[in-house]
Amino acid sequence: MQHTGFQSSSRFVQWIEYRLPIFGLVDQYVGRAYPAPRNLNYWWNFGSLAGFALVIQIVTGIVLAMHYVPHGDMAFDSVERIMRDVNQGWLLRYLHANGASMFFAVVYIHIFRGLYYGSYKFPRELLWWLGLVIFLMMMATAFMGYVLPWGQMSFWAATVITNLFSAIPWAGPAITEWLWGGFVVGSPTLTRFYSLHYLLPFVIAGVVVLHLWAHHTHKGNNPLGIDVKSPKDTLPFHPYYTTKDLYGIGVFLIILAIWVFYFPNYMSHPDNYIPANPLQTPPHIVPEWYLLPFYAILRAIPSKLGGVIVMAAAIVVLFLVPWLDTSRVRSARFRPIFKQFYWLLVIDVLVLGYIGAQLPEGIFIHIGRIATAYYFVHFLIVLPVVGWIEKPKPLPKSIAEPVLEAKAAG
Amino acid sequence: MTTTAGGAVHAEGGSRRDFLYVATGVAGAIGTALAVWPLIDQMNPAQDVLALASTEVDLSPIVEGQSITVVWRGKPVFIRHRTADEIATAQGDKVEELRDPQSDAERAPRAEWLVLVGVCTHLGCIPLGQKSTDPRGDWGGWFCPCHGSHYDVSGRIRKGPAPRNLEVPPYEYLDDTRIKIG
Repeated sequence: MQHTGFQSSSRFVQWIEYRLPIFGLVDQYVGRAYPAPRNLNYWWNFGSLAGFALVIQIVTGIVLAMHYVPHGDMAFDSVERIMRDVNQGWLLRYLHANGASMFFAVVYIHIFRGLYYGSYKFPRELLWWLGLVIFLMMMATAFMGYVLPWGQMSFWAATVITNLFSAIPWAGPAITEWLWGGFVVGSPTLTRFYSLHYLLPFVIAGVVVLHLWAHHTHKGNNPLGIDVKSPKDTLPFHPYYTTKDLYGIGVFLIILAIWVFYFPNYMSHPDNYIPANPLQTPPHIVPEWYLLPFYAILRAIPSKLGGVIVMAAAIVVLFLVPWLDTSRVRSARFRPIFKQFYWLLVIDVLVLGYIGAQLPEGIFIHIGRIATAYYFVHFLIVLPVVGWIEKPKPLPKSIAEPVLEAKAAG
Repeated sequence: MTTTAGGAVHAEGGSRRDFLYVATGVAGAIGTALAVWPLIDQMNPAQDVLALASTEVDLSPIVEGQSITVVWRGKPVFIRHRTADEIATAQGDKVEELRDPQSDAERAPRAEWLVLVGVCTHLGCIPLGQKSTDPRGDWGGWFCPCHGSHYDVSGRIRKGPAPRNLEVPPYEYLDDTRIKIG
């Protein structure tokens, strides 16, 4: 108990706490002992939502793995059996498939929240990096999960994505054969993807622990982007933010339920209900919506190796953001010029997503190239330059000050 | 009950906030239970497994004294065409002396045909005795090699650790030579 200052009147809790200070730990992370900034808005719900979405994916995934058969000859039929014969199997599979989309939606909002409020700046650079590592592993996990039903879209997604590695000079072909376990995507590819698809979520969960640890070390950012200066600036996490997070989870579940029960296949492709055929590619092949912006960047470059490099750079550049942004002010609220460019970036990424879903023809090629160029201009030129030339608005003296002033005036 | 920040104290002694706490807790508990149910139910036998829950057997090729084993719900089912001697022995036994008292007539509606689930009621092994060369135990029925349970020619437990007679599955005669198990 002396470690955390946690107090309890229960003898049982005291007995445990003396030997394993776990109640104190929980209390410090999500309890009364965590003095959270009092001004967190609803954009701060998306961290807990992402954690909740990960739990849904792991739970439904473990259950689906009890019925799924990872073999080229049986995978497709086993998924159909889940849909038709396994008790509640359709529900579990639709929860898993649509839950993945919800997970990405939540994580994208979480990332853009960080970009708007400068949550990546000192001393939260590693926190930002760990989040990006989670994002990268999510993309890998989602891709391999998409391959498992072994329909036409699964098979050709596996073919196209693994062929990205064939762009690597000299070693490319050997690497792709190593990835495939053969000369094309086949049953050996499927079984290794299944193994890794099961593994990675637990690695993600481990990095989430590091993410929370780093978060806890300097506590979270807040909409004003200024540090907590006195207890007046804070509220105990429990019950204020536990309740708010639970409310967010309720809204999240309603939206997930609407997808699962009314539009379960809206975000997938009909072609994936055709068993994998290595001899015929579907006429129109696109990734899931959450990978479309990166897909658009890949196709914007008219060179195999160049496209892969630029697409990888689109993610690498995010790692550099803490140093590319030269402004000391965190929150966009006090950065009039940055705020406008921020929204331009949001629009740019949405445009990239739209372009990624179109056939690479005519005007779409040009729009895709302009949007790709702006993406990099934003991070490599706009962020540093705006930080130098912009005159930020005056920051409040404390988090509580604007609230107390408004109270005094009102 | 004291007045809380939540509002007025009612005559019964609870505040509105107490009511909201309880209502929220109950709604949350019911919602969680409903959400957990599919996760549990998915492990129950699936529809395609249940669809295989009955088996039809043609008895005509089984000669007197012969036993066959068929599969019903993945379990072995013993069908023995009993000899007149075996029937006489089984029907002559004193039912009240048995560990799991049951008359042979209850177990075999048509005395020459004995239909049993071939799973020992001790710990689930498959007793020997289907082949004429198998050990059949001290009562000439079946003998379980795992822990030494002896069953008689009516499949009733006579000696050893098993608590109950070999189970008679639900079955019916479709005609004189065909039965449907399950």
